[in-house]
Amino acid sequence: MSEQLSGAEIVLKALVDQGVEVVFGYPGGAVLPIYDALFRQNRIRHVLCRHEQGAVHMAEGYARSTGKVGCVLVTSGPGATNAVTGLTDALMDSVPIVCLTGQVPTFLIGNDAFQEADTTGITRQCTKHNYLVKEPDRLARTIHEAFVVASTGRPGPVVVDLPKDVLMGKAPYIPASRVKHRSYKPQMKADIALIEQAVELMGKAQRPIFYIGGGVVNSGPSACKLLASFVRSTGFPITSTLMGLGAYPASDQQFLGMLGMHGTYEANLAMHACDVMICIGARFDDRVTGRLDAFAPNAKKIHVDIDPSSINKNVVVDVAIVGDVAHVVEDMIRVWKAKQIRPTQKALATWWGQIDAWKARNCLAYKTNDTTIKPQQAIERLYALTKDRDTYITTEVGQHQMWAAQFYKFEEPNRWMTSGGLGTMGYGLPAALGVQVAHPESLVVDISGEASFQMNMQEMGTASQYRLPVKVFILNNQYMGMVRQWQELLHGSRYSESYSDALPDFVKLAESFGWLGLEVESPADLDDAIKTMIESDKPVLMNVHVDPSENCYPMIPSGAAHNDMLMGPEDTAGAGVSDHGMVLV
Amino acid sequence: MITQQDIRTHTIAVLVDNESGVLARVIGLFSGRGYNIESLTVAEVDPVEKLSRITLVTSGTPMVIEQIKAQLGRLVPVRKVADLTVEGPSVTRELALLKVVGTGEKRVESLRIADIFRANVVDSTNESFVFEIVGKPEKLDAFIKLMEPLGLAETSRTGVAAIARGKESLL
Repeated sequence: MSEQLSGAEIVLKALVDQGVEVVFGYPGGAVLPIYDALFRQNRIRHVLCRHEQGAVHMAEGYARSTGKVGCVLVTSGPGATNAVTGLTDALMDSVPIVCLTGQVPTFLIGNDAFQEADTTGITRQCTKHNYLVKEPDRLARTIHEAFVVASTGRPGPVVVDLPKDVLMGKAPYIPASRVKHRSYKPQMKADIALIEQAVELMGKAQRPIFYIGGGVVNSGPSACKLLASFVRSTGFPITSTLMGLGAYPASDQQFLGMLGMHGTYEANLAMHACDVMICIGARFDDRVTGRLDAFAPNAKKIHVDIDPSSINKNVVVDVAIVGDVAHVVEDMIRVWKAKQIRPTQKALATWWGQIDAWKARNCLAYKTNDTTIKPQQAIERLYALTKDRDTYITTEVGQHQMWAAQFYKFEEPNRWMTSGGLGTMGYGLPAALGVQVAHPESLVVDISGEASFQMNMQEMGTASQYRLPVKVFILNNQYMGMVRQWQELLHGSRYSESYSDALPDFVKLAESFGWLGLEVESPADLDDAIKTMIESDKPVLMNVHVDPSENCYPMIPSGAAHNDMLMGPEDTAGAGVSDHGMVLV
Repeated sequence: MITQQDIRTHTIAVLVDNESGVLARVIGLFSGRGYNIESLTVAEVDPVEKLSRITLVTSGTPMVIEQIKAQLGRLVPVRKVADLTVEGPSVTRELALLKVVGTGEKRVESLRIADIFRANVVDSTNESFVFEIVGKPEKLDAFIKLMEPLGLAETSRTGVAAIARGKESLL
């Protein structure tokens, strides 16, 4: 029989076997055996967060910027419950995470022991899958399985709960190559007959549009390249969800920008008017569709998704293709070529003429002045001064996030990390730290708001400790801007509790952590401040005072259709919101 | 608009790895996504392969039923999901135990009705019977309704077990 290892040693050996280089975590009583084993090895690096939610977001940033699985290690009880928001975020945005949680010893489970929580019970609904390991013999097998489940099919977070006696017990190690899951087999290749049907529909289209999402990014950089070449060969317009930005180069002529609630006029109107919609790796989220019964009413819809439960969930489609984007697009290209499909150029030209007319509306336009920095302007300048560098962008949640999506142009996948599905304020700083750990030489900027930043600002210490020179670019409008915008639009401008009172002195705050603090108020100083931020080898907190009353446009008010957009403050506020729309979030 | 006619009852068989928490996953899926469970039975059916079979009766529009099946299929320990209502004919059975308390004419009448429904007496005292009845849920409903005025004191139903007719099997 092979060598007996302690449970904790098995855990680390399994992580090394799975290619883990870094673990984000926080120690505590139940995981002390793992921390002891970490201390006695040098293969795996540990990054100490300041709060377990931060650890999960760091792992998310790491995972989304590399395509690898992010690994988290937290203790039992509060360690696990603090991780729940991060896990839910990863589930909603399909981010591969393996989160190891400590647990009280098996013989105390159920006794309300100190720092005991029913971790598998609590995380069952916010993970793709979870495990409680009750015997040391099951440890290696379970961890290997966890990595397979997290990283394949539609990726997601997996929790492995580890009782302390299991970590201290002994068992032989089982390598990953010997572990096979009994029932879990995601479908990668799609039914070719359905692909032929889809391609034929595309060939006959008069007003086609590609609508892509985060699934394309998850399928990998080669899938993005394949899709881009296919889209170019069709000549069709393409739009992307928030999560899909970067999967298709934003500077390309065929790209219409983001669609949805704060998407561009041309993208939303093209979605409304199209006759064939090719949805790839997106899930018809309510932020995207708006009013469902008025969503692309005349379109034949093709939906490609690796998750069968995403199909026909919100919108009934005509051709449902279950499979991985890379495989499906490869097949589509082959069928397209084999059938020698040539879309009718005349119809396409008319369609593009219509789209160009919508584009001419210049929906993202805003007015600048000499005294106040506009938030859009701050992001445009940040983009101009960073686009030629090796840059990664994360965001928090709110107006600044939407402006970042509108004004920062992504040419490659895995460069844009944002909390789309769950909308987790406080995501951006820890996510930026995870990105910086994975890409130590790159420029990593968290486009932030003063309210969101305060939700996980404790992670400033993590940046200082590991010399992670992230840049936090705060668009400070002294409001929870998106909340204020909705209160203005829907609640008679009664700004209930949305004012950011008692803000810290951000420069002093930065300095107290050994960061560089910058403060900008005038448009004339903006470029120099951004340059100083970029050039600094320290982490930087840059407090950009922006116009506090600016709202994010265009906007499809909740419950409205794609062709019912508010273009700016001159549109009658709230006029388009029905009683039904008022209850939507 | 969704009308009442669009909502149909479906019997769904789910073959799962018999591991801890698997039933909680299924039930959590239904409560978390607002689906309805009308009946649920579960037991291990293959001790060697460690497989359990869950039989669920649920109702919804065709779109909701498709979602339920897709969501069930997405659970990691789920091996197979079959909609017995649409995938050809099937046999559906349920067992119930009824305690009927009383004396005199009502007691005799309850025995007479039990005989018509081919229910068995599995326990008897001078003042009570326990009847065992097997059949389609509708048959059980009818029997229970008839027993109500005759001193029905307690009912225990197993929930539905179902299997497809013919030689094809689930796995």
